[in-house]
Amino acid sequence: MTTASAQRELLASDAALSRFLRGLPGVDQVGAEARAAALATRSIKRDAKLWALDRAIRMTDLTTLEGADTPGKVRALCAKAVRPDPTDDTVPPAAAVCVYPDMVAVAVEHTRGTPVQVASVATAFPSGRASLDVKLADTKDAVAAGADEIDMVIDRGAFLAGRYSAVADEIVATKQACGDAHLKVILETGELATLDNVRRASWLAILAGADFIKTSTGKIAPASTRPVVLVMLEAVRDAEEIIERKVGVKAAGGIRDAKDAIRYLVLVHEIAGPAWLTPELFRFGASSLLNDLLMQRDKQRTGAYAGPDYYTID
Amino acid sequence: MSDRLAVRKTYKLYVGGAFPRSESGRSYEIQSADGEFLANASRASRKDARDAVVAARRSFAGWSGRTAYNRAQILYRVAEMLEGRAAQFAEEVRQSEGLSRAKCAAAVGAAVDRWVWYAGWADKVSQIAGAANPVAGPYFNFSVPEPTGVVAIMAPQASSLLGLVSVVAPVIVTGNTAVVVTSEQRPLPAISLGEVLATSDLPGGVVNLLTGHTSELAPVLASHMDVNAIDLTGVESDRRTPLEEAAAENVKRVLPAPPDEPDWSADPGTRRLLAPLEIKTVWHPVGV
Repeated sequence: MTTASAQRELLASDAALSRFLRGLPGVDQVGAEARAAALATRSIKRDAKLWALDRAIRMTDLTTLEGADTPGKVRALCAKAVRPDPTDDTVPPAAAVCVYPDMVAVAVEHTRGTPVQVASVATAFPSGRASLDVKLADTKDAVAAGADEIDMVIDRGAFLAGRYSAVADEIVATKQACGDAHLKVILETGELATLDNVRRASWLAILAGADFIKTSTGKIAPASTRPVVLVMLEAVRDAEEIIERKVGVKAAGGIRDAKDAIRYLVLVHEIAGPAWLTPELFRFGASSLLNDLLMQRDKQRTGAYAGPDYYTID
Repeated sequence: MSDRLAVRKTYKLYVGGAFPRSESGRSYEIQSADGEFLANASRASRKDARDAVVAARRSFAGWSGRTAYNRAQILYRVAEMLEGRAAQFAEEVRQSEGLSRAKCAAAVGAAVDRWVWYAGWADKVSQIAGAANPVAGPYFNFSVPEPTGVVAIMAPQASSLLGLVSVVAPVIVTGNTAVVVTSEQRPLPAISLGEVLATSDLPGGVVNLLTGHTSELAPVLASHMDVNAIDLTGVESDRRTPLEEAAAENVKRVLPAPPDEPDWSADPGTRRLLAPLEIKTVWHPVGV
């Protein structure tokens, strides 16, 4: 299978898609955990650490997905994404702000003219339990408001029941509704139970046209874990040969400190390759991570440990 | 029956309520007052100091939010636990300081009494440091003392237990949390004190004990932006200036320390109690 037509064929037939996904080699869970743990012991110091910290800042999707979000909070978040440290203009901007669809207009207004993208969750986030029409309307709403990127959730119920085509059809339809906006597909790996399922869901999303595959909504524990991201990185690396394009990976939820973020970057470098070490192909979905990155950056620059009192709270 | 194998104690750090080894894996030799080998103690690194500050900061809200009465009860509990292990502490102080048994027993007794004395201050300190101020207007005006936050303490080098207790108890009784660098050459009583603190209802992270080289750890803590005050008692007086300069970076409170180690058995007064406090003054309209 090397052509786009073969890819279309897979998506057209439920049986063919099932056969393909179930035919993927199983994941050696113990091996994946051991490899992720071994890579986490790499020592990244000094210049490499500064580079990694700046790169991680540029890869961050600064996120607020709360029922209590207000335009004021989104405005503050945008300001922080554009200029993470008001006292230091050498800090690069974050990749994007990630908000609910009704906040997209506010975010667009306050990031205009900056490199910061606006991402919106859609398709009945976080559960995805709505009809396809509602999900598509949700998506179109966010795109019409000016979102550059759409983070959709897959129907985990359908996936776990083995109705792979239903999941794929939703992704294809949402991709169409996105127009020019980039589509990130949230697998919610905390609900997929096994790494085999993570591999299948990754391939399913890639074949259906995702620009990014994303670990989690951040509403379910466990959220992003390194073995899961390892499996997803393997999937995008292996899929490149077949679909002839690079799909990105976004690790979201539970990444709170710079040390953890750097471990993810090591994983990206070793599993997918250095080509993936850009904001176009790897992202962190996080909120409190950014302050820790700034604190570690200042530690590297000044030599003194930083304290949270000197950084803005979101 | 053969002789029992020796069960030797591993002396570790006390950080965040747990007893970790130094992340650096280093240790250093501790010798008794007469030069005999006593034990290997963990030699804390700057990262251990950083972790200790994180632990102290995390426990600050909970500890300072407790009622003064409750803090007093817990400190009194520490004294009870210390009293129960008096013999062990007397032996460790004797090994470290080389004093006679009677003097060591007296030092341990004084240390227990010091805890009890400071415990009593928990709900009395606001009476002497606070005030209802007379103002020219229809307002109540109150000044109340509040803990400053995370306090780094360079513990006295000579007095391994009484000196340590005399600098730690007055800091935590008012709600501060502490990162303590113990006496460099006499840390064993401090480590055992950690075991007492861990079993005295004192929340983990309120007191963190680091053994190691004071000259290595003091600059890290003095320049740390998340430390609110520093006590340089255990640093030689001619080496304090650069540390005070580093502390000025985030306007750390530098607690007044005597140039040479004082006689810890003397009446301590309230100086150490009042130093790590901030005064908050509140205006409130009368009749509302």
